[in-house]
Amino acid sequence: MSDHLQNTLVSIQSQHDVQVEEFRGEFTLFVKPENIQTLMLELRDQFSFNVCMDVTAVDYYPQETPRFHVIYQLYSMPNNIRLQVRTRLDGNSPRIDSVQHIFASTNWKEREVFDLFGIHFTGHPDLRRMVMPQDWVGHPLRKDYPLGYEEVQFTFNYDEIMINKPHPKD
Amino acid sequence: MVDIREVSVDELRHLVSDRAMTGETMLLNMGPQHPSTHGVLRLLLELDGEVVVNVIPDIGFLHTGVEKNMESKNYQQSEVMTDRLDYLNPMGNNLVYCLAVEKITELDVPPRAQAIRVILAELQRISSHLLWLGTSALDLGAMSMFLYCMRERELVLDIFELVSGQRMMTTFIRPGGLWRDVPVEFETSVRDFLKAMPRRIQEYEDLLEKNEIFLDRTKGIGILTAEDCYQYGLTGPVLRGSGVAHDLRKKEPYSGYELYKFDVPVHPEGDVYARYRVRVEEMTQSLRIIEQALNKLPFGPVRSNNRKYVPPPRSEIGVSMEALIHHFKLWTEGFTPPAGHVYVATESPRGELGVYMESDGSAKPYRVHLVTPTFSNLQAVPIMSKKHYIADLIGIVGSIDIVLGDADR
Amino acid sequence: MGLEQKAGNMGIVTTQLESLVNWSRTNAMWPMLFGLACCAIEMMAAQAADYDMSRFGMELMRASPRQSDLMIVAGRVSRKMAPVVRKLYDQMPAPKWVIAMGDCASCGGIFNNYAIVQGVDEIVPVDVYVAGCPPRPEGLIHGVLTLHEKVRKERFKDWA
Repeated sequence: MSDHLQNTLVSIQSQHDVQVEEFRGEFTLFVKPENIQTLMLELRDQFSFNVCMDVTAVDYYPQETPRFHVIYQLYSMPNNIRLQVRTRLDGNSPRIDSVQHIFASTNWKEREVFDLFGIHFTGHPDLRRMVMPQDWVGHPLRKDYPLGYEEVQFTFNYDEIMINKPHPKD
Repeated sequence: MVDIREVSVDELRHLVSDRAMTGETMLLNMGPQHPSTHGVLRLLLELDGEVVVNVIPDIGFLHTGVEKNMESKNYQQSEVMTDRLDYLNPMGNNLVYCLAVEKITELDVPPRAQAIRVILAELQRISSHLLWLGTSALDLGAMSMFLYCMRERELVLDIFELVSGQRMMTTFIRPGGLWRDVPVEFETSVRDFLKAMPRRIQEYEDLLEKNEIFLDRTKGIGILTAEDCYQYGLTGPVLRGSGVAHDLRKKEPYSGYELYKFDVPVHPEGDVYARYRVRVEEMTQSLRIIEQALNKLPFGPVRSNNRKYVPPPRSEIGVSMEALIHHFKLWTEGFTPPAGHVYVATESPRGELGVYMESDGSAKPYRVHLVTPTFSNLQAVPIMSKKHYIADLIGIVGSIDIVLGDADR
Repeated sequence: MGLEQKAGNMGIVTTQLESLVNWSRTNAMWPMLFGLACCAIEMMAAQAADYDMSRFGMELMRASPRQSDLMIVAGRVSRKMAPVVRKLYDQMPAPKWVIAMGDCASCGGIFNNYAIVQGVDEIVPVDVYVAGCPPRPEGLIHGVLTLHEKVRKERFKDWA
């Protein structure tokens, strides 16, 4: 672990209420959703984590009760260090503050997380659907959304599937 | 599902300026099917005459649902889908996926496999830059560049076909190493390619460098400062064209890149011409890396011996009971890595390509998320193209090298 | 004796009307530039110098649907793109043909999920399916030649 990263983790742990985990040489900070904006601002200004590479989410639907984890991947360009920040969110109308004014790269990524998981980012200037059509219902990457699998057509079920498939009129 | 839905202006009111509501500026749709948008990208333009006031990109027309589909297939099956995301760099996508699997499972990769991975990734980088050069020069009006670059690209695709049997979507790089060893003719074909390429790159430079129209259309257009790049998370040739020497092959070397000597081209101006120069010089550096890797190619196996994750050779199955059991388990259930999550990033021809992979100990990945460079790079189009003409916008969109399969996944 | 032999060297050719019209339709069939994904790269390679499609009449690819005869759907069609494909097909003037290039356009390919239309023949009527992921440029040219043979066999009652 480099010195800069060690200093960062030690001072953040002393000031905020976070837990640190490590797996295969990568470090993760678990933080509460209310503190995410202050933590991001401090990481960017004081500890020079100036690029946010990614914002994504994971859904642990039946197993864990804070159902969503929102994950931020931060990278410090001058020191060449990566850090991951995670928060836990509840399943009923999940809301979290947007960090779009801190890192401009999270603008589209938060829109994508809203589109695919349904997590609402308060303070985001333009929260619309990104990759699905605008009138789509549902959030596809949640674990209780079906895959939308179409049954494979073999010779024994050829006719049944042909009846249900849409065909163009001309 | 197939009804046409009209978009009302109310949905866009917060994005366009007030002048559009009064009719002073015009809202124009540069739709998904357009010859210069390099794929299915929709750009909503707000124009004041021919000057662009605002650009709103709209993506999602190639959304494939790969991340959800990978959660229902096991690790070997979902690697096949990674080829088709950034379809100009399939070897690179395979490489980053395999690096993530190897990091979770702590698999070893033999040195011969690492060297061949480097050679194939650099060949893929050259072919991707050739296609970029052909299509973006075609957009700016130099039509013969397209035919020359495609002719060179056929040489690279012939090498891929020699090695794996498929021209583009090879799935040759597998967890633990490669699928199988390269044939004997591989070295001679790569050396022939290395002999032919430098003269061709010189030919492209001669065609474009002194052309006044090309220089006028690219110098001073679409300027991006380094601070903009940090804010928007841009990486790759776009960042190096703005003066920042950041290349993941040097900063966080993977697959043996630290053994080879090469330079990272950097140009400080930040316009379309700087990015063009960065990519052309990267092609020359890639040729250098390939030559060094080919000279130092070690002998040895090309895939790890860890039978929990790598299938045994067919000859062993007839004689050894453990080999048969391993083979059976890998083909019916698939391998089961330990639980945990990793984030691995490599340098693709477009920028930083990363994979966030989370495993819960079962044979199917729990969550795979791909952090693609095109998704971040497209966010910068509005700030780059303020107060330029529509014709400059075409050059700008071409210079950031977008591939929509990358952006939409 | 036929009319041609009596006319001698006057430069007269007699043929059936159907053959003449079908011959002229196949020899200058211009495709529309409609590459969606990976198959588009192989379509571009088929148009370039090594596997030249211009020798079969497809000299240029027209970007505008109003000026093209053939729509080669190259690549996967997502649910957001499906209305656009139908609108472009409706904008093409008759006679028009469709080639579904690649596995994703023919049957959904390896992507069997919520986001991809399982075969573009759910949206537009397809004449020729070309298999492959992506099909080689020679495979696409074989598909185009199969379409030419199909057009040559058309009769009066098939014309729109």
